Amino acid sequence: MIKHLRSAADLDAATATLILDTAAEMAALSGREVKKLPALRGRTVVNLFYEDSTRTRISFEAAAKRLSADVINFSAKGSSVSKGESLKDTALTLQAMGADAVVIRHSASGAPHRLSNWVDGSVVNAGDGTHEHPTQALLDAYTMRSRLGRLDGLKVAVVGDVLHSRVARSNVLLLSTLGAEVTLVGPPTLIPVDIVAALSKTARVSYDLDSVLPDSDVVMMLRVQTERMQDSYFPSAREYSRRYGLDVTRMRKLPEHAIVMHPGPMNRGMEIAPEVADSPRSTIVEQVANGVSVRMAVLYLLLGGK
Amino acid sequence: MAQPRADAPSKIILAGSDLHRVVDRIAHQILEKTSGATGTVLLGIPTRGVPLAHRLAARIHAFEGVEIPVGSLDITLYRDDLRLNATRALGKTELPAGGIDGLRVILVDDVLFSGRSVRAALDALKDLGRPSSVQLAVLVDRGHRQLPIRADYVGKNIPTALSESVKVTLTEIDGADEVKLIGGLK
Amino acid sequence: MAYLLKGVSILGASPSDLYIADGVVSEKPVEGAEVIDATGLVALPGLVDVHTHLREPGREDAETVETGSRAAALGGYTAVCAMANTSPVADTAGVVEQVWRLGREAGLVDVQPIGAVTVGLAGKQMAELGAMATSAANVRIFSDDGFCVADPKLMRRALEYVKAFDGVIAQHAEEPRLTEGAQMHEGEVSTRLGLTGWPAVAEEAIIARDVLLAEHVGSRLHVCHVSTAGSVEVLRQAKARGVRVTAEVTPHHLLLTDELAAGYDPVFKVNPPLRTRSDVEALRQALLDGVIDVVATDHAPHAVQDKECEWAHARPGMLGLETALPIVLSVFGPQWDLIADRMSIAPARIAGLDGHGGDLTRAGTPANLTLVDPAAQRTVDPAELASRSRNTPYAGMTLPGRIVATFLRGEATVLDGKAVK
Repeated sequence: MIKHLRSAADLDAATATLILDTAAEMAALSGREVKKLPALRGRTVVNLFYEDSTRTRISFEAAAKRLSADVINFSAKGSSVSKGESLKDTALTLQAMGADAVVIRHSASGAPHRLSNWVDGSVVNAGDGTHEHPTQALLDAYTMRSRLGRLDGLKVAVVGDVLHSRVARSNVLLLSTLGAEVTLVGPPTLIPVDIVAALSKTARVSYDLDSVLPDSDVVMMLRVQTERMQDSYFPSAREYSRRYGLDVTRMRKLPEHAIVMHPGPMNRGMEIAPEVADSPRSTIVEQVANGVSVRMAVLYLLLGGK
Repeated sequence: MAQPRADAPSKIILAGSDLHRVVDRIAHQILEKTSGATGTVLLGIPTRGVPLAHRLAARIHAFEGVEIPVGSLDITLYRDDLRLNATRALGKTELPAGGIDGLRVILVDDVLFSGRSVRAALDALKDLGRPSSVQLAVLVDRGHRQLPIRADYVGKNIPTALSESVKVTLTEIDGADEVKLIGGLK
Repeated sequence: MAYLLKGVSILGASPSDLYIADGVVSEKPVEGAEVIDATGLVALPGLVDVHTHLREPGREDAETVETGSRAAALGGYTAVCAMANTSPVADTAGVVEQVWRLGREAGLVDVQPIGAVTVGLAGKQMAELGAMATSAANVRIFSDDGFCVADPKLMRRALEYVKAFDGVIAQHAEEPRLTEGAQMHEGEVSTRLGLTGWPAVAEEAIIARDVLLAEHVGSRLHVCHVSTAGSVEVLRQAKARGVRVTAEVTPHHLLLTDELAAGYDPVFKVNPPLRTRSDVEALRQALLDGVIDVVATDHAPHAVQDKECEWAHARPGMLGLETALPIVLSVFGPQWDLIADRMSIAPARIAGLDGHGGDLTRAGTPANLTLVDPAAQRTVDPAELASRSRNTPYAGMTLPGRIVATFLRGEATVLDGKAVK
């Protein structure tokens, strides 16, 4: 088993599949009355969150606690971190506390890589800058597999601000590893020209959402921040929404079985219409539930053994 | 625990129809001891306890026409040696539709050795519900218990040395029915 | 002190004896001269760096004029041009004179201050260039390095203004609007790593603009740390047209590529960023062709806490003085005439440092020189560097060439590979 999960590229197909299979067992166990499992008793998992992300933090916290690990939440606000303590000094503190795993969310790309140089425990990337968010990609893959039964050969459209999206990067890497065909869709300003060369030779790029939808099994809408407008990535929220937003009319172009995903938090009315977000095709609520199972699987596989 | 080398000499203890007869005997014993196996659930411990549980249920059905619910109980997350080995993949835990509360659960495993797997199974069971009683059925008891645990139904007692190992193969998983004693032979 | 360098090979020529007395190359040996067995050693005119950050005043925790001078001497340098981005900024006669005086006191290399083009490097108002030129520091190179003189009108005026005292503007070519938040070369690797890209065009656009401005006003322009193949083409065309432009390349841009960012270790973070293999190839060819005139280190010491952190929070820059010659040797091999020209003669000419880059075969030439053992190899150990900082990207690399001795106006600053003070 790998030691860290810093990037979806750390996972080969066998390991990724093992995580998804383990997550399925974890999900089955989570359905029962006693949710706690003893596997990580005596192990310490630190949630080191430099960015506010309550949903991701509680997902990891629930996962660790269900496996009986001791969880320490270390959020940047109101701690020594906000008083200017460096990542390295924080790392040495966690090391001294005997952290077996550090789950890190950080605004700087690569912070988990840096951290892994300074601690002995496992490092799990819970989102770093505009780099990656591998457990999100795992839970997305898990959701696709449980809804559609497979990943190999699945046609997945990832739509929106690919340039700034850590979710997109991890998804392209992981889905390609697992045999899905990814098409990145968005305005050319938000899709780096070398994304295919950088991440996956099997991925494709399109600037036309309408032409991609009829041949998609999954459409994943990325959050688009309206601030990008000020930086001339697109002229207005209205124009963005017209060209790349998923509304009811567009949703009808999808095949009958296709699902709609969103990593959250959503901008309803911007990249996704409320009717779409709440439709039966939408897996948005499921994704949250699956997040706990997938994170349990990751923590178990990283920390359970020797 | 010391494992015999791969090229160590081995001896077949049970094979084919011998093994089938042993399973039949356990099935009969269960029927006898549980007065017809009513209110009973068989839970196999992965990996090889699961097909054994299904075989026992099938034989009991053949003998008496009783349908016994069968499930599986994975003990990986409850093992006390989890941290001593590389991470293990999880097996399946599937309880029969009626659950286990108030029922007699018979745990089924291939080999009873130190007793630690059974202890883990009892812990796992506790988190799943409250059976009225728990019994244990094993194909082979090779001795060397480290915990105060004994089986209610034993297919075959095989006295072994600690340096030996017992290997059970089943058609469903391994393509052949066999019990082998490996290593330690003169 | 007089020296007799026995059996030395001047620029790779057959062994001869080189006499040093009274601070110059002497025709005859002097009585009582110290004899140095220079068998197998190559004598080069003392190296000249037109682009060094010595950090004093302001960041003496990263480097001082003295520690930087020692690193320079150990690297074979006899003169370095100290960049203006200190704190306070070297934008007045007072600050440049202070740096110049500190250099004299250290006495290991000639420290030639560079003056800022604009007040506080802010790019708004021209600094008192004339006052710096006529100060004791005798400033000839002006640069806002670290920042680009982005305003085209201001750049034009500066290019024109320094003609009065034969100055030159050394431009840090980086269009600031195209590099907002930039962390590394924009390309495949930046896309994969999720680090904001620094596009090649941000450098090339400014160089293209500046060579046209220099051509228009008939001024000299120097381009700092050229890093892209596209920049090389712009320079090649400008030089063919007769534009008075010179350019430098750093050792790291001649060797390293953006792939090194993969582990997010900021020791590889530098501005301009490490580029691609094809850029490296184009830069090497440009140095051979003379499209790029000089190798300059852009020696940029940084304190540990400014590098042992997240990539985005780290300061850009790498140490260079102590490894420059070995890197150039490893890239180009023992092409001693080329090395002497690009690392000593041409930089001395650009910086107007008359006593440096002289002909060692001629009696009377100031004895600024360095002795290199080309057969020796050295593995770079950050702990052994004389710089106060440790941010070398070459740690663990084994490089050819060892600096055995360096002489500044006839006095040894380095002997047996060790600084004399």
